[in-house]
Amino acid sequence: MSKQYKVVHCTINGKEVEQIVDVRASLTDMLRNDFRLTSVKKGCEVGECGACTVIIDGEGFNSCIYLAVWAEGKEIWTLEGLTGPGGELSDIQQAFIDEGAIQCGFCTPGFIMTSWEIVNSGKEYSDDELRKLLSGHLCRCTGYENIFRAVKKTMLRHLGKFEEAEKVNSQGIADYPEPMPFM
Amino acid sequence: MYDIKALYEAESVQDAIRLLQEHPEAQILAGGSDVLVQIREGRRAGVELVSIYMLDELRGVSIDEEENIRIGSLTSFSHITKDPIIQKYINVLGEAVDMVGGPQIRAIGTIGGNTCNGVTSADSASTLMAWDAIIELTGPEGVRRVPIKDFYIKAKVVDIRPAEIQTAILIPKESYDRCFGHYIKYSMRNALDIATTGCSVNVRLSDDKKTFERVRIGYGVAAPIPCRAYTAEAFLNGKEINDENIKKFAETVLEDINPRDSWRAGKALRQHISVVMAERALRESIRLAGGVVNE
Repeated sequence: MSKQYKVVHCTINGKEVEQIVDVRASLTDMLRNDFRLTSVKKGCEVGECGACTVIIDGEGFNSCIYLAVWAEGKEIWTLEGLTGPGGELSDIQQAFIDEGAIQCGFCTPGFIMTSWEIVNSGKEYSDDELRKLLSGHLCRCTGYENIFRAVKKTMLRHLGKFEEAEKVNSQGIADYPEPMPFM
Repeated sequence: MYDIKALYEAESVQDAIRLLQEHPEAQILAGGSDVLVQIREGRRAGVELVSIYMLDELRGVSIDEEENIRIGSLTSFSHITKDPIIQKYINVLGEAVDMVGGPQIRAIGTIGGNTCNGVTSADSASTLMAWDAIIELTGPEGVRRVPIKDFYIKAKVVDIRPAEIQTAILIPKESYDRCFGHYIKYSMRNALDIATTGCSVNVRLSDDKKTFERVRIGYGVAAPIPCRAYTAEAFLNGKEINDENIKKFAETVLEDINPRDSWRAGKALRQHISVVMAERALRESIRLAGGVVNE
């Protein structure tokens, strides 16, 4: 059949937009191709790897298995929306850098969007809960521990627990005893 | 771009029925975590779709005038888990759907889609079977209700007539009143995995917490469709809570279930874990109901 289009109105990174989309397009297609928001990665495209994660109305979704036409009336955030007006990094982005939570970087934008939802929830999650919340993302480089630590530290800082955040060590465990100094 | 022939977006339930009548070849698209993935894989490439995803009237959990728990078919797994009515009356359902896929899948996946795709491994299915859920379908002839055990016909086939859509899942008061349950999912990974076998048990104990008033047990992947272990239930109903009865109950499930060998797991493994899960889920249900197991 002939191509089918639809006008979609939504808010992307705080800005109201209107866009004509092909009804066959995924939200990933729309964000990357029409808005050049290339932090939204095309990974598996079947909802397994989490690289395309965006926040829709406060909840993380895989944009690859979300039709662009469903964006109508929604509030969408991508990684580009996290930075300040001068391109300053948000604290969760900086934490990923500080903790070495990035190697190739492909999974990073998706991970940061889920992490952003976690740290802005105002809740203090246990280690097991954090791991479960992060379980919708695959990272083939880091082995996850550095990512886990970046999220945990930022979560604690958002709760005003700065001392506890500094104690989160390489195992990602806040109440782990200080390592023995070298003899 | 998805390989979609045409997409028809429904604006109301009646509109969805009309679109399905106008386009009899079209398939229903809810959250899309199965349908869109299967289009991507090529299994459903070139389909016509009627999208019902934007129908907010099919979202949310409430108690209706007949005191049924009413779960709108498009309610996502994450919203079911967070819902206060679910947490109060049928917490096990919230826990079961919190084991589907990963967090992002639970944000898009709907309980209606989970039942309508007719798959035995659906994490919600064994719990809905075990709580005698009623499926509400709306079609050209109006609304009809089907007990979930009749809704599942055979693997991947459910009782949805042409131009019908599932609009709600109901849990009758008789079913949830004073009931406590527990779900166990056995899978290779804790996230993003399909259940090798899943088992959902719930109990209603006598007032003195010494006997089983009613026990129900549902399984996923223990037969081609989600099933109950009625023989085991009949054995335990009215019996005293003790170790011997619990063990006998767990062994009796083998008379009811019919798992198969598949690349995911063998029949013998599935039979073994079915017995173990029955016992563990029953013990946890007893504990949740305030009962104590006498040695």
